[in-house]
Amino acid sequence: MSEEKTLSLTLKVWRQSKADAKGHFETYKVSNVSTGSSFLEMLDILNEDLVAQGKEPIAFDHDCREGICGMCSMTINGMPHGPLPGVTTCQLHMRNFRDGETITIEPWRAKPFPVIKDLIVDRTAFDKIIQAGGFVSVRTGSAIDANIIPIAKETADLAMDAAECIGCGACVAACKNASAMLFVSSKVTQLNTLPQGQPEKDRRVLAMVKAMDDAGFGNCSNLGECQAVCPKGQTLDFIAKMNRDYAVASIKKLFKSRGKSRK
Amino acid sequence: MSNPEISFSEKWKSATDPNDFAKTISLIPDGPLAEKWSKRKFEYKLVNPANRRKFHVIVVGSGLAGGACAASLGEMGFNVSCFCYQDSPRRAHSIAAQGGINAAKCYQNDGDSVYRLFYDTIKGGDFRAREGNVYRLAEVSNSIIDQCVAQGVPFAREYGGTLANRSFGGAQVSRTFYARGQTGQQLLLGAYSALSKQIGLGTVKMYNRHEMMDLVIVNGEAKGIVTRNMITGEIKSWNADCVVLCTGGYGNVFYLSTNAQGCNVTAAFRAFKHGAGFANPCYTQIHPTCIPVHGDQQSKLTLMSESLRNDGRVWVPKTREQAKAIREGKLNPNDVAEEDRDYYLERKYPSFGNLAPRDISSRAAKEACDDERGVASTGRGVFLDFRDAINRLGEDVIRDRYGNLFDMYENITGVNPYKNPMQIYPASHYTMGGLWVDYNLMSTIPGLFVGGEANFSDHGANRLGASALMQGLSDGYFVLPASVPNYLAKCGLKGAPKKEDHPEYAAAEAAVRERIEKLMSVHGNKSPRAIHHELGKIIWEKCGMARTEEGLKSAIEEIKALREEFWKNVKIVGTADSLNIELERAARVADFLDFAILLCKDALERRESCGGHFRAEFQTEEGEALRVDEKFHHVGVWEYKGDDDFVRVQEPLVYENVHLATRSYK
Repeated sequence: MSEEKTLSLTLKVWRQSKADAKGHFETYKVSNVSTGSSFLEMLDILNEDLVAQGKEPIAFDHDCREGICGMCSMTINGMPHGPLPGVTTCQLHMRNFRDGETITIEPWRAKPFPVIKDLIVDRTAFDKIIQAGGFVSVRTGSAIDANIIPIAKETADLAMDAAECIGCGACVAACKNASAMLFVSSKVTQLNTLPQGQPEKDRRVLAMVKAMDDAGFGNCSNLGECQAVCPKGQTLDFIAKMNRDYAVASIKKLFKSRGKSRK
Repeated sequence: MSNPEISFSEKWKSATDPNDFAKTISLIPDGPLAEKWSKRKFEYKLVNPANRRKFHVIVVGSGLAGGACAASLGEMGFNVSCFCYQDSPRRAHSIAAQGGINAAKCYQNDGDSVYRLFYDTIKGGDFRAREGNVYRLAEVSNSIIDQCVAQGVPFAREYGGTLANRSFGGAQVSRTFYARGQTGQQLLLGAYSALSKQIGLGTVKMYNRHEMMDLVIVNGEAKGIVTRNMITGEIKSWNADCVVLCTGGYGNVFYLSTNAQGCNVTAAFRAFKHGAGFANPCYTQIHPTCIPVHGDQQSKLTLMSESLRNDGRVWVPKTREQAKAIREGKLNPNDVAEEDRDYYLERKYPSFGNLAPRDISSRAAKEACDDERGVASTGRGVFLDFRDAINRLGEDVIRDRYGNLFDMYENITGVNPYKNPMQIYPASHYTMGGLWVDYNLMSTIPGLFVGGEANFSDHGANRLGASALMQGLSDGYFVLPASVPNYLAKCGLKGAPKKEDHPEYAAAEAAVRERIEKLMSVHGNKSPRAIHHELGKIIWEKCGMARTEEGLKSAIEEIKALREEFWKNVKIVGTADSLNIELERAARVADFLDFAILLCKDALERRESCGGHFRAEFQTEEGEALRVDEKFHHVGVWEYKGDDDFVRVQEPLVYENVHLATRSYK
């Protein structure tokens, strides 16, 4: 382990008692934080202090604390997941902060992610997008042998790159349009790249984009903030791929033969 | 609260013949191993497709077992409700599994087979699992891989386009399929996508941020649950034809573990209090390769995948002096000469080397540290060194294989593992024990099914790496979707009990409200987290990697005292009818405290060492686990009779194919 010291910090934290309440920033002091602690462990310490004083602890989402479940979600000094690239809040460690520093902590700010309490937001809009088309329709038990369709390593690797998205929503929180394009395009790229995803390729991209629009997410204006804050390194290439697939699917739909005419 | 209608212990005591027990209580099909599952599937009653929507199934948990089960039953046309405590089913902790999933495909042409996977799993479990269940697991393993590939799970591939494999502990073949260092994530997202499809189609209703608080029993059968809406605090009962619990393990009883923060034993323990048997709670897995504890502020321990042991070599210095110098920062481990390093796994277990199974590797690490040759500032750590692999293969190859794990290690510790050896130490990771189930995965309560880590069924006393994902998906995709409809067909079309006709629902809701009221009204001085932390220290010290009669007895007394303190002195701020993170934790800790006593009692009663359960009194001269097959070749199953009043009965294990041998990895 690298050598550990302790820090004293000032925290400005967004407090909001419930969805329809007015929120505000509250200032707290926290001391004796080990540089080896994670950011969430620092909040645990603060929460224990607050509980000891009979005050309500700060509610925040978290679960695995190893950077993979995608549940932790907070904006630290204006950056979703804080200052380190490629790191979720739960994997951010306090050695990246200075003694005496003031840290501002807010929830994800985006209309489709309404605040539930303090730093907790409602991200069910993401689930709805996946429900619209983020799957391959294959009945349990009906699959062919896994090695029947060879898939070039490069193709599998690209699908895997795209599949690494953890659905945390940092991309939306960072975007001035609250666009979910990076999230949606990650799933579209994973499934539309693989041979298994081809039969539903067009209907998938059309349905997912529609669900995204219906949920109130904005459009992409190519600023790349999402890519900058994504803890899993998802890139704008996926958005380009999705736009291509979307354009092709839309045109195909437009010129689609209507088949037999029925009276 | 225990229900006399479903008491099983008396019935079990009278079934003295093991074969009879296997047939009539464990419900293991007759006949050769390879035909058991096919035979059973044919025996199952079916539900006509048009009638399926008339049956309501509750699935609790949305991990690999729960998510796959809910998706598959929904796809068949059953009316499914699925509950999870997270904000989305995609968060379930199956997502954190790193290394891979086993299957007997034998794509590597290395002599693998269904029987070999079966045998390795039985042996890895120290001969304490059922033959029939484990064979079924091995048998369906291949279908799991097919299913996942068809869903678009991007497993690693060779240049020729076929699937790649890696090796895992306890096996001499390469049968582990993987998706970089995040196989669990990809498999869970596969199950989540299948589940999402059914939610979109309306056959599955998903309830996020709902925590199961109790089980509802009607006429001796599981017919519903009570949940707390974690946003509004609403307590509500739900009626159904049957209930499937896929609620994970109880590793967080150790406070520090590799589990997610929210993982808890509440659902399983509530079922136990209603009369479900709890099997082998003392079988807990301590994973050998986690990042060591750094201090008191730590909330969780992070696993470094077992796959790292493919290329990393585990060592400590040969002398205490050098270890001390390393601990004090006076000696750089890279400067320790080759002849001064003790690669203790390679020395003790030459044929499996660094890939010795988890229980054995963990104990060996403890042994080295007990001998004062541990590293890390606390003295509780050993090295996992990639120097030789990097010299042999180059840094790029190692980065390609384990890049994300190395990054994670550096984030947490601030040390670059490409340049310095990793420091690792064992930590609570998985629990083999769980609710007792028969071959059909039904508990001792009719209508209550249990899948995944929550049940006890397949891993015996020790789970091999890459087998948890296999078991979760086997239960979820293939076993439960066959066995649950069989139960439903027997129930007939009368429908789930109506809440207004059965006072049990309102009574269960009232009991949950009363319990929450009781917690809220303590108004003490200690936070639930602080008490949980203390519980964890007791369990780790006295019911961790090495257990003794004396230690366990004193642990039980300490837990009782801590529990008393909890109910007198726990402090929960906020209100019960809103989002309250302290109340959530307190309710879970309350059940952990009761459960911890059961855990220690089971560890006390099992007077032998096997797998993850190591009783210091039972060891060979070389310090290896010493089984006592004459007395303990059985499943220890507990029945709840009242507070701290648990009765232990046995399910004898019948081995028709495997010869009970001393497990050797030398």
